[in-house]
Amino acid sequence: MRPDLSAMDTLPPSPGSTVAFEKTALDILIATLRQRGYTVVGPTVRDDAIVYDEIGGVTDLPIGYVDEQEAGTYRLRRWEKDTFFAYTVGPYAWKKFLYPPEERLWEVRRENGTLRFTEAPLPTEQYAFIGVRSCELAAIRIQDRIFTGGPYVDPRYQARRERLFILAVNCTRAGNTCFCASVGSGPQAEGPYDIALTELDEVFIAHVGSVLGGQILAEVPHRPATEEERAAAAERVQATARTMRRALDTTDLRDLLFNHQEHPHWEDVATRCLACTNCTLVCPTCFCFSVEDLTDLQGESAWRVRRWDSCFSQAFTYTAGRPARQSIASRYRQWLTHKLAGWVDQFGVLGCVGCGRCITWCPAQIDITEEVARLREQPPQTERSPS
Amino acid sequence: MPGGQRKPKLAVWKFTSCDGCQLSLLDLEEHLLAIVGRVEIAYFLEASRATVRGPYDISLVEGSISTPHEAELIKEVRKQSRFLVAIGACATAGGIQALRNFADVRAFVDIVYAHPEYIRTLREARPIADYVTVDFELRGCPISRYQLLELISAYLHGRQPSIPTYSVCAECKRKGVVCVLVSQGVPCLGPVTQAGCNALCPTYRRGCYGCFGPMESPNPLSLGRRFETLGVPPADIIRLYRTFNAFAPAFREGSEHYEQTSSHAHD
Repeated sequence: MRPDLSAMDTLPPSPGSTVAFEKTALDILIATLRQRGYTVVGPTVRDDAIVYDEIGGVTDLPIGYVDEQEAGTYRLRRWEKDTFFAYTVGPYAWKKFLYPPEERLWEVRRENGTLRFTEAPLPTEQYAFIGVRSCELAAIRIQDRIFTGGPYVDPRYQARRERLFILAVNCTRAGNTCFCASVGSGPQAEGPYDIALTELDEVFIAHVGSVLGGQILAEVPHRPATEEERAAAAERVQATARTMRRALDTTDLRDLLFNHQEHPHWEDVATRCLACTNCTLVCPTCFCFSVEDLTDLQGESAWRVRRWDSCFSQAFTYTAGRPARQSIASRYRQWLTHKLAGWVDQFGVLGCVGCGRCITWCPAQIDITEEVARLREQPPQTERSPS
Repeated sequence: MPGGQRKPKLAVWKFTSCDGCQLSLLDLEEHLLAIVGRVEIAYFLEASRATVRGPYDISLVEGSISTPHEAELIKEVRKQSRFLVAIGACATAGGIQALRNFADVRAFVDIVYAHPEYIRTLREARPIADYVTVDFELRGCPISRYQLLELISAYLHGRQPSIPTYSVCAECKRKGVVCVLVSQGVPCLGPVTQAGCNALCPTYRRGCYGCFGPMESPNPLSLGRRFETLGVPPADIIRLYRTFNAFAPAFREGSEHYEQTSSHAHD
């Protein structure tokens, strides 16, 4: 049916309400955000993949593109439909904006015989994320807890996060490496978001998640969504869940990992694992970093940088003259055990949101769902643990 | 801090090499004045005939040990040097000339030289560390001039240099480069190669050639199997592992594995 957009509400749609708008009107929404001072970041095609980068309008979106993902393989192709969001997640998670790969934390200069310390100014970016998927929202919830949940708040993450506008998108197509449904993080978006869209053939169905989201939508020609449209949107998301091929069996997962520390399968993974760090760096929840102090040649200034680190690097466990985890088996075991077991004790949730990035972007085609399934198959054995 | 009030003396030595790595020092144009303000360039024939006698605080050693003469000379350089740094693929792995280590060097000499009887060469081109103790290694073909600057800075201020030994993949991911292996099926040595180039080739959508040599915990056989699934023939996998760092143990393991399993090994 054709939407009638003439009867536009004068009041902003309130949180909890659902409206419909023409797909091309997303351009107005993006323009509104830009006018309000947001740096609008969304999916766009670069270097044979869909990455998140600054966008100026809907023409920058990957309209008509779909991705095909398998373990260790990602291919982008056009299809016959002019869909805005039919692809799934690309290589880079939103964490690269909220928690950048490298940041200077402070610097110190020699001045008149004393040392003058200066903290790096707090970030001032005001991001609007366009097209955040349910798994990615789950990851943001987890990183919120990590960086701002405890007694020690990361002020740099917090500064970016507090000003963030989120336009979520419910997935209407499952990628081959997706398994969000099995870990309870999708494909239906759960908060926090300002607006959540579901793409139908003619219109977007927008669920208002916040007062601000309603105010932004007020600038976009819209009307209340019909009962049929809401049902169609729900059905598309349910179909995504039904067609998801991969799954991670979470039954007693924490205990499975903790009880299988001596399992011979770790050595099997190690014959394939490259310890290249890709899985951890594409993971939207992995948060480990290292800090390094650097100096200039003259010795006039020094500064501390924070960089993404990975439990697959040797230096990660460098203690008392050597890395504690020397073997690749011990590092893979650490990653999986933290992600799926220790994480639960530490943060109260699984560290995996089922986005499938670690599967797609592993050059060695290692599949986290498959490795867990293999651990389940074989009984644990008492052997010397990998060191 | 080494040297006290006296400026540390720096020497640059060349063995079998193309000179590209030592030129990286001169490539540090905007930092050169600062460098000579802090160190005395005491021996650097590529830059100046004027030399100062040893001993030297820092020696940058470029090139592989490829002749009996070099095998003696490097011992003298070691004696004259407090902190000896091997720079580049030749000095750290034998370089491209170490390809001869997989063949019969006498046969090459007979073909190439009109009077092979004048040629005194070793059967293998080998890294500096096979002959003397090396205090630090800078990888690359050529080295990264930023890593060289970082090493000199760290030495001057008595701190650990920030020279990571993990894979090139970490640099790609931090930089936002889309993986060429996963997105294009391009054979890329990044997962087994040490970082330091700031992911130069993948940034330009090329596979990594491995010029920084093996990373800290390389798994060349697993990556080789992945190349096989991409349809790369064994002879090409051998060639991938046999370039600038062919004689580095991990890359050697990779190429020799396919040499044993391939009938095209000697084409």
